[in-house]
Amino acid sequence: MNKFTTLSGIAAPLPLINIDTDMIIPKQFLKTIKRSGLGVNLFDEMRYDDDRNEIPDFVLNKPQYRDAQILVAGDNFGCGSSREHAPWAIADFGITCVIAPSYADIFYNNCFKNGILPIALPQEQVDVLMKDAEKGANARIEVDLEAQTITSSDGEVFSFEVDSFKKHCLMNGLDDIGLTMEKAASIDSFEASASQARPWV
Amino acid sequence: MSPKTLYDKIWDAHVAHEADDGTCLLYIDRHLVHEVTSPQAFEGLRMTGRTVRRPDQTIAVPDHNVPTTLDRANAATMTEDSRVQVAALDTNAKEFGLHYYPVSDVRQGIVHIVGPEQGWTLPGMTVVCGDSHTATHGAFGSLAHGIGTSEVEHVLATQTLIQKKSKNMKVEITGKLPAGVTAKDITMTVIGETGTAGGTGYVIEYCGEAIRDLSMEGRMTVCNMAIEGGARAGLIAPDEKTYEYCMGRPHAPKGAQWEAALAWWKTLYSDDDAHWDKVITIKAEDIAPAVTWGTSPEDVLPITAKVPAASDFKGGKVDAAKRSIEYMGLTEGMALTDIEIDTVFIGSCTNGRIEDLRAAAAILKGKKIKEGMRAMIVPGSGLVRAQAEEEGLADIFKEAGFEWRLAGCSMCLAMNPDQLAPGERCAATSNRNFEGRQGRGGRTHLMSPAMAAAAAITGRLTDVREMM
Repeated sequence: MNKFTTLSGIAAPLPLINIDTDMIIPKQFLKTIKRSGLGVNLFDEMRYDDDRNEIPDFVLNKPQYRDAQILVAGDNFGCGSSREHAPWAIADFGITCVIAPSYADIFYNNCFKNGILPIALPQEQVDVLMKDAEKGANARIEVDLEAQTITSSDGEVFSFEVDSFKKHCLMNGLDDIGLTMEKAASIDSFEASASQARPWV
Repeated sequence: MSPKTLYDKIWDAHVAHEADDGTCLLYIDRHLVHEVTSPQAFEGLRMTGRTVRRPDQTIAVPDHNVPTTLDRANAATMTEDSRVQVAALDTNAKEFGLHYYPVSDVRQGIVHIVGPEQGWTLPGMTVVCGDSHTATHGAFGSLAHGIGTSEVEHVLATQTLIQKKSKNMKVEITGKLPAGVTAKDITMTVIGETGTAGGTGYVIEYCGEAIRDLSMEGRMTVCNMAIEGGARAGLIAPDEKTYEYCMGRPHAPKGAQWEAALAWWKTLYSDDDAHWDKVITIKAEDIAPAVTWGTSPEDVLPITAKVPAASDFKGGKVDAAKRSIEYMGLTEGMALTDIEIDTVFIGSCTNGRIEDLRAAAAILKGKKIKEGMRAMIVPGSGLVRAQAEEEGLADIFKEAGFEWRLAGCSMCLAMNPDQLAPGERCAATSNRNFEGRQGRGGRTHLMSPAMAAAAAITGRLTDVREMM
């Protein structure tokens, strides 16, 4: 997995609440058996018309946001299905940090498995960063995972919370299956005692 | 011992390792797998030389992509990419030695219907699947939730998940449901109340007289949509109905093992003085047949209501409501019963079980659907389909003008050929009304099977109580 330590990038504003996983990556793109290549279909139905032409008004089609690395969005981002294709598409586009007031649970967890840092901030702070993002390519937002801070283009600093284990894995690009396998003895002994206690399982 | 909730008890029984910061390895009893969210996980195992730790606890069934038309044995009914995905599951299930229900097996169906039907889902278990509607299995008092593909790979390799504990929320539905009001109306009304983010960070336990009165199938409908309220999982404590449902199913315990299981299952309830981080109480008598008007499952109203004005809302919801009303092609203030529909979809892991079909058949018996209406019933499994045929329900549907399909997810998420065209408007018994969910530009109104059947007859959203 790609590491995430610091990021200084253009932020794209998407001021909608309840952005769901069907919006992020519509179902017709879930038929892939790979993890890569979904960036071109990120927000597909908002990004392209019926003839597959770009819709110029959509934020990621605007020249100043084509290289965005951060997305600033509304409440409950990533609600809906468990499809990891959503963070795959976001990462494949080049976005590695999302800032929103809140996230759906499964999407939030999926981000950390794919080198994406989802940051939850109070609405007022998201509002400030949304305005910052609306300034376009000249307004770079800085994210420092180690320090757990975001710095707006005006130098305003916001702190954010992140689970210590998730932070550790993200900063070091760790494969958590490998980490869990180091605890195989615990799993073995749990399995042995559980099969005694609940043999019908 | 300090009092515990049902969630606390199941959690405690499954912690294989706890780190100092509270990060746990939660042992998984049953892992359900379907074709869409698993190929990359199996590929990951191959690339790292890992294998499936417990193939005996891993159950695979294709459901999302499979056509539901009667000619689906003909490969031409599937697009190439769908065929590849189903073939990949086929290969992975055989290569790794999983329990497998292929398309040709009469037991094939939607993974969340097959699991309980075959007795894989039992009280007190941990159940996961790369699918958000895994919440369904919580109806048995099992801790069940959706996971992403990386976590699918993690469970395949280690039979555990890295988890931190969620908070406890109690949703109590007191009293008796009025006539014509169903489990679907309960679960939709709860989401209307809490919002789609109201459950974020929580595991919900549904309780109260109206929940106890529900059948196991109704309870599955309630728990199925816990995820639409943002909760990690929904739970209902097991009781006599649960035990009766499980007894005798192919993978349920038997004999002395059954007795041992039962003794443990009877300890699975929330203690009287357990701590709840949040409590919501709704009177069953206040619940009416519910429909959605917008593009979020929280956009719920009783069928007797009117389409709201965007200005009725606050904050970010004002713009969201404006967008929804425009997408849905509605007018603020119009009666919901004036909304005309052209498509009806009855099925899905929310409402594709035999009782759902019986409820629809009770409304449709001796009636015809409106001329020009496209209406389909997609049973949740091959066994549900067989039972509906045996009970004569299939004849009622066909005589009414419904298409009678084979089992699969179908138009719930439109990954197979069952889709809405732009502008088409569907009365659906599924779980999500997102923009484009049932097909680009398609418009979805969620409701119960009886309500969807009523809408098929009248051609508009209809209060089913007027037809009873």
